[in-house]
Amino acid sequence: MANRKRLSNTQSSSQARKHPGSSMTQEDDDDVTFTQPSTSQVQRGLEKVTEAQVEQKTAEVVQYFLVKEQKKVPVRRADLVKHVLKEHRNIYPEILKRAARTLDQVFGLKLVEIDPKNHLYILINNLEPSDGASPINCPADPKRGLLFVILSVIFMKGGVVRENVIWNLLKKLRVDPGEKHEDFGDVKKVVTDEFVRQRYLEFVRIPHTEPVEHELRWGQRAEKEVSKTKILDVMGELHERDPQSWSQQYREAHSSQNSTQQPGSSSQR
Amino acid sequence: MCKTKKRKDEDKQGRRVGKKSGTSWQNMSRQMGDSHRRFLQTMMANGIIDEQGAKALHQHCCETHNTQCAPDRLDDFIDTINLKLQPMFMQIRKGMSEDNGHQYYALVNMVENDVTRMSSDYADNELELFKKTMDLIVGSEDGKASSTDILNSTDSMTTKKLKKSEIEHLLNRLVQDKWLSEKRGEYTLSTRCIIEMEPYIRAMYQDQVKVCHICHTVAFQCQICENPTCGIKIHNPCVARYFKGRTEPRCPACEDFWPHEIPEVRRPRSQSRR
Repeated sequence: MANRKRLSNTQSSSQARKHPGSSMTQEDDDDVTFTQPSTSQVQRGLEKVTEAQVEQKTAEVVQYFLVKEQKKVPVRRADLVKHVLKEHRNIYPEILKRAARTLDQVFGLKLVEIDPKNHLYILINNLEPSDGASPINCPADPKRGLLFVILSVIFMKGGVVRENVIWNLLKKLRVDPGEKHEDFGDVKKVVTDEFVRQRYLEFVRIPHTEPVEHELRWGQRAEKEVSKTKILDVMGELHERDPQSWSQQYREAHSSQNSTQQPGSSSQR
Repeated sequence: MCKTKKRKDEDKQGRRVGKKSGTSWQNMSRQMGDSHRRFLQTMMANGIIDEQGAKALHQHCCETHNTQCAPDRLDDFIDTINLKLQPMFMQIRKGMSEDNGHQYYALVNMVENDVTRMSSDYADNELELFKKTMDLIVGSEDGKASSTDILNSTDSMTTKKLKKSEIEHLLNRLVQDKWLSEKRGEYTLSTRCIIEMEPYIRAMYQDQVKVCHICHTVAFQCQICENPTCGIKIHNPCVARYFKGRTEPRCPACEDFWPHEIPEVRRPRSQSRR
């Protein structure tokens, strides 16, 4: 299972590179030319800049992350270096360290590298969801509900489903991928493009299928952000069953890998 | 380890002393906790909330994180957050709605003194249309711009012209993103927009912009004294509050009779009897 997952990961990244309209190849080149400066290089670099300059760049990096996070788009190291750090790229590790500290201490957001190979970052919430309902109703994005349903199905079905399973389910819920939906618009695009770009889902081609079929899996952001325990709780309520009765999923939700998902707390639920 | 420079206005314990009076400085140097972070995250998700919502949110955040919550300490609580936001050129600022006269808190970006704060979300020609809308609103008597006038203003666009359908779509987006408000086909600057852009508006429209005689902030939906030698402006809700209960309303500056209809004071939601 683990092997297969790794394979389809590389498949999906090469898939993404060939994706029309994506400018990823250009940015990849930039990243290849950017090598992480050594500690001594950073030290020397810091000697040449003022504290004020370092603080300024840190502030710009924090702003950059917040703007991207608003749209749920992961931040690429190459973009950060090219657009924000510019001439200060040699002290990149120091700036990133300070930015991560600010994001944590001021905003309660954790900077997480979801792709160590391609150096992609997202922000996840360090604060646990509050027990009582917040008095302020955040403008709930209806797409979150749609996403939660899809992630739940994928999880309950063992971590991967063929795309038709999702399309048929959505049709039953009167969200027809073939038609324009009132809240979601082009549903198919939201699922296979938007959610994939945001790293909530992976939409991977199944080899040797004609006509071409894809399978759906959880994306890197979903793995970090979404609680499998919560999904089981919701399923339990929906079907009036004890979450533990889904023994395989229960084990998966409480496995050591997933304990890192519980942000900010050391106790496992 | 870098040393933190000691500020001139700090005493030995790191508490600020001097200028500001009437504030507990011990609260000012209070550390940021999870209750502050939760408050800030909610502000980021909403952009702007009314005073009552802010008070309820303050309480909720403190309760969630088992921190003591003094209800009248909301502004100190926000000051703690603002101190940390300052290096990022962000602030939570308070302002009045021209519509209902209530106070609102908005999370604003202080870095640009221009509409470029919006440039990550809008194209150049879309920003030009927004500026033109602002021109119309500032120049108007009633602080409003009709969709027809906005459409006509695009005749003189310097960037790529927008089609009629695109303009409608753009105006909807601007309302969604809380830069404009819309009522019956007329557009006004939203409360969030006024709070965030007041410095820009004052600088951009120096001579044209109206200022309220009572609260001294910029005024778009307001009443004007008819005395040609006076001509002071007062926000509609400020009029309601100032002239409340007076049988013969008189201009506070020139004492001429105030001829306009005095609106009712609008009470915040929980105080209304329903």
